[in-house]
Amino acid sequence: MQSHLIKFLVKRAVRDAALLPLTIVAITVSLLGGCAGVQSTFSTFGVEAEATRKLTLVMVVAGVLITIGMGWFVVHAVRAPPGRLNHTSGMRVILWLGAIGPAVLLTVLLVSTLPMMKTLPVNDDDLEIAVDGKQFWWGVRYLLPDKQVVETANEIRIPIGRTVNFTLTSPDVIHSFWIPGLAGKVDMIPGRSNNLVVRATKAGTYRGVCAEFCGLSHARMAFDVIAMQPAAFDQWLIDAAEPATAVDGPGRQLFEDYGCNGCHTVRGHFTASPIGPDLTHFGSRLSLAAGTLPISVAAIANFIRNPAMAKPGALMPAFESMPAEDADVIAAYLMELK
Amino acid sequence: MSSTATTNPDQDDPAVRAAQEERLRAAWAPPRGFFFRWTDVNNSAVGVWYTLTAFGMMLFAGVLALIIRAQLVIPNNDLVSASTFNQLFTLHGSMMMFLFAVPMFEAVSILILPQLLGTRDMPFPRLSAFGYWSFLIGGVFVAGSIFFNAAPDGGWFMYPPLTTDPSLSGIGADIWMLGLSFIEVAAIAAAIELIVGVLKCRPPGMRLNLMPLYAWYILVVAVMILFAFPPLIAGDILFELERLLDWPFFDAARGGDPLLWQHLFWIFGHPEVYIIFLPSIALFAMIVPTFARRHLLGYPWIVLAAVGTGFLSFGLWVHHMFTTGLPNISLGFFSAASEVVAIPTAVQIFAFIATLWAGRVVWSTPLLYGAGALAIFVIGGLTGVMVAIAPFDWQAHDTYFIVAHLHYVLIGGSVMPLFGGLYYYWPLYTDKKLSDRLGRIAFWLMFVGFNVGFFPMHISGLMGMPRRVYTYSDEIGLNTLNLLSTVGAYLFALGVAVVILDLCLSPRRKLAERNPWKAGTLEWLSSPKKENWGVRCVPLVESRYPIWDEPGFVQNVDEGRHFLPDAEENQRELMITTVLDAEPLQVARVGGPSIKPMLAAATLGSVFILITFHLYAAALASGLAALVVILWWLWTGTGIIPEKAEKPVGRSIVLPLYSSGPASSGWWAMFITMTADATAFLSLIFGYFFYWTVHAEFPPAAQPGLVGPGTYWPTLALVLIAAGWAATIAARETNARGRIRLARIALSVAAIATGAGALAVLAGPWLAELDPTLHVYPAIVWVLAIWVAVHAALGVIMQLYTLARSLAGRMTRVYDGDVRNIVVYHHFLALSALITCIVIGYFPRLV
Repeated sequence: MQSHLIKFLVKRAVRDAALLPLTIVAITVSLLGGCAGVQSTFSTFGVEAEATRKLTLVMVVAGVLITIGMGWFVVHAVRAPPGRLNHTSGMRVILWLGAIGPAVLLTVLLVSTLPMMKTLPVNDDDLEIAVDGKQFWWGVRYLLPDKQVVETANEIRIPIGRTVNFTLTSPDVIHSFWIPGLAGKVDMIPGRSNNLVVRATKAGTYRGVCAEFCGLSHARMAFDVIAMQPAAFDQWLIDAAEPATAVDGPGRQLFEDYGCNGCHTVRGHFTASPIGPDLTHFGSRLSLAAGTLPISVAAIANFIRNPAMAKPGALMPAFESMPAEDADVIAAYLMELK
Repeated sequence: MSSTATTNPDQDDPAVRAAQEERLRAAWAPPRGFFFRWTDVNNSAVGVWYTLTAFGMMLFAGVLALIIRAQLVIPNNDLVSASTFNQLFTLHGSMMMFLFAVPMFEAVSILILPQLLGTRDMPFPRLSAFGYWSFLIGGVFVAGSIFFNAAPDGGWFMYPPLTTDPSLSGIGADIWMLGLSFIEVAAIAAAIELIVGVLKCRPPGMRLNLMPLYAWYILVVAVMILFAFPPLIAGDILFELERLLDWPFFDAARGGDPLLWQHLFWIFGHPEVYIIFLPSIALFAMIVPTFARRHLLGYPWIVLAAVGTGFLSFGLWVHHMFTTGLPNISLGFFSAASEVVAIPTAVQIFAFIATLWAGRVVWSTPLLYGAGALAIFVIGGLTGVMVAIAPFDWQAHDTYFIVAHLHYVLIGGSVMPLFGGLYYYWPLYTDKKLSDRLGRIAFWLMFVGFNVGFFPMHISGLMGMPRRVYTYSDEIGLNTLNLLSTVGAYLFALGVAVVILDLCLSPRRKLAERNPWKAGTLEWLSSPKKENWGVRCVPLVESRYPIWDEPGFVQNVDEGRHFLPDAEENQRELMITTVLDAEPLQVARVGGPSIKPMLAAATLGSVFILITFHLYAAALASGLAALVVILWWLWTGTGIIPEKAEKPVGRSIVLPLYSSGPASSGWWAMFITMTADATAFLSLIFGYFFYWTVHAEFPPAAQPGLVGPGTYWPTLALVLIAAGWAATIAARETNARGRIRLARIALSVAAIATGAGALAVLAGPWLAELDPTLHVYPAIVWVLAIWVAVHAALGVIMQLYTLARSLAGRMTRVYDGDVRNIVVYHHFLALSALITCIVIGYFPRLV
């Protein structure tokens, strides 16, 4: 009785395994259909990512059909009685299905995708943004036409409908700049400068991430991407160019007393060598520590006292002996920097 | 003896045969004893150790993967630290590639190639043993590092500057570079032996087009190793010079470029994929005809496809670098090349399917693994076609999509066929079949587990999960997919555990019949009555499936009616045949049990290990010890003058016992070794010109420490080394004409000239006071000069060795293998001196 049951279950399992390709189609199609994620190549908001998403869809469908066809063919080949296929027709199978068929399909695929390898055309009124990948955060500089430079960190805001030209560099190790919903990734290589040209199409809040292994906190090196309406973006950029809000309280003093201003610039308050991220408008950002933590007094205070807890290998020293109250006060000060 | 030379022994007489068998048994007797059994060098012993060790490495690396999956089962998990996690995935990838996939292919090939070819051993049994001991020492060194929290943690690709900056990477990077370099040398040694084995040790009559396909694949793969590993070794040299001596090859601030490492690594890394994949397809090519009960369809097509894959795989490496900011033209070219390689792969797959279609399929466990492997591999191949398209790759690169793709390719294209091969060949070595039932249970666990584990990774990758992350955030929607991946990975592991259980139960099972699968190829001549001689006699082969095609073939072999049925002089003997047509050339005597390969591996391995810990004096001492051991090994074990010129081998054929030059296996081994060596040298030259292309001004503007060596010293070095080369050739020619004294004088002159050349090539950068830590230009010039100097020094040792052999009477006018072999070495030395002289001396003047 029991062995019957096992046999039955095994047979079911085998049949279900044969259904695997269909399950795969179902899952994939439902995903490509537009589900979820701020960091997904499926939720696109740029022309390049959208083109790639369509290409992905076409290739997945073709791939599934080929897999099913191959599966059917193998079953047929194994079951066919001997002698059904003679030498000549066997060689024809190899020639047509093994050589000519794939050659034609691959040529079509290659030729139809070659145009996608070209970058978007650029011209002088594009928005220029220089991004510096560092262990383990992102320095972002908007290079305005009047030579003005607006510096921020770990957050990139771009207008929709306008071409953006990123210049990507790294001073330490190799990183890779990737905003999955916007475009493919481009490496940031010491000693080299790479470009990525994109155009956003849909406003929203998304996420980018470092894609090249860069050390201990590679997993903790992300950033927020906000695609905005052009008018809102222009206003934001004007605000971002301003120095920090005029707050003056114990937090600002403690920031200086603990030497935070040795590495972090707060324009209008402190000017530092660019070792750590610029914090001028920190309070208006969406996340802390390169997309790792939320902006809250507790999170900021904890991070100050022990950065390695959230980001192992972070270069910021730990301030473990700092009284919790002081950390809270500094956090409050930072959150005021809108 | 000479009177019986033309009379064949009476193979009809059982007493004669029994006496022959007794002598064969004695000649091939393995060493016994607690320690001495490990001095065995015969392929059947070394091959088993090698295979088991590689299997153990796979299990170890697999356990590392299970820890990785446990860490990733939920978001923000803290089972292991980021540092441990980075060590885990680095070691998992490095071990699977360097300590499992490649050694496993070489191990299996050493084990079965002699039997596939109806011969008794590999052409250089002691070299196999050396390769094995090197692998064991290097493998334990690299794998063991994780227990000391000192494992490499820069990813298996080890991209600088993360891995070259001492503040960012510890001793693990040195362990990776030096430990694996040592293993790469051993891998090249094995490849040389496999090539010579396939080309020179085939049985009489087995022309190239009658070879079992496995031998073809081995030939292709071994040649690929020969050209793929040296660029990586060249990269390793530059890498360690930067780490240990601060020579800035990859430091952008001093003119270096991290991308050079990526080029060298992937020129190795992409062929590596096919180096792993083709041998498993080769197992397919043996299994499919057996269970289709017919010849494989399209033999020439498969051979062409395998060779074509080998060639094409060297033109694809840039598709691993699509995101580094390349010009559009390279993207198009390398996308196209990457697509093209799918075609020969498809040809091979359809040849197997067509064979099954045309034949009478006997369903079996090995074939089940084959079918499952095919299903997985097809999906991996299709995602490979996807990532070869640059725009798609920009999204998929360095995400879990690639993790899924590569595991579909490697588990479908390598691991599953290996398990199929295990079920197929197990009876050949144990005379017992594995359990069909356990085999099927294991298969389904692995197959389902694999797909449950790795299929979701395609999706998590496209949903934005980068590779090599020790954790991920809760909010980005990856939780379910990662949970599935972990469950699948453990199911897969359970399947492997069932296979191990099956292996452990094997000794309790009953003996299988001879040739249990009713296969048609030579390896199944092996009889359950285990003998140590490999094959009763070396057969005359006239078809691809002799056991099927020639009536009475097995009986004739068993009764010793072909070649070499006897070991009259108690020597281990192999037949050497011609490369193309396998016409008998020579009876070669190969080495028996010896401790020297083990000592050589231990002393040479110590050099690499001691350098890791910066113990340079001890490393130097160990290097000298290695040199002494190797010379002792060569002096006592090679080029031995036989007691008579020739002997009858059966069927009225008499063959010489000695040959030199291209007729001998030793000459081929030297030639093949030097091809690999030259590839490493050309990789360094590639480095020079790579720097030249990335810099507007190269050599950089003259300032102290950066002024090149000029033309005087490089030219003098070239003249001296060329003189040494000419004198070595003169020694060969005068020796062959019987002018022994003149030959000895020529060798002495050659040694002096070559040695002076070594000094002269170093004098250039030395007197110019080139400072290799200032900039990459002086560093690369120094590397080229040192390369030539070290090779010239080795050349001097060879010349003096040959001189000593002549003086000791171990090399004579006729028995002149030593001088003929070192001439090959000196051809290559002269060529590298010429190229170096032009590049470091004259090229700066041209530009």
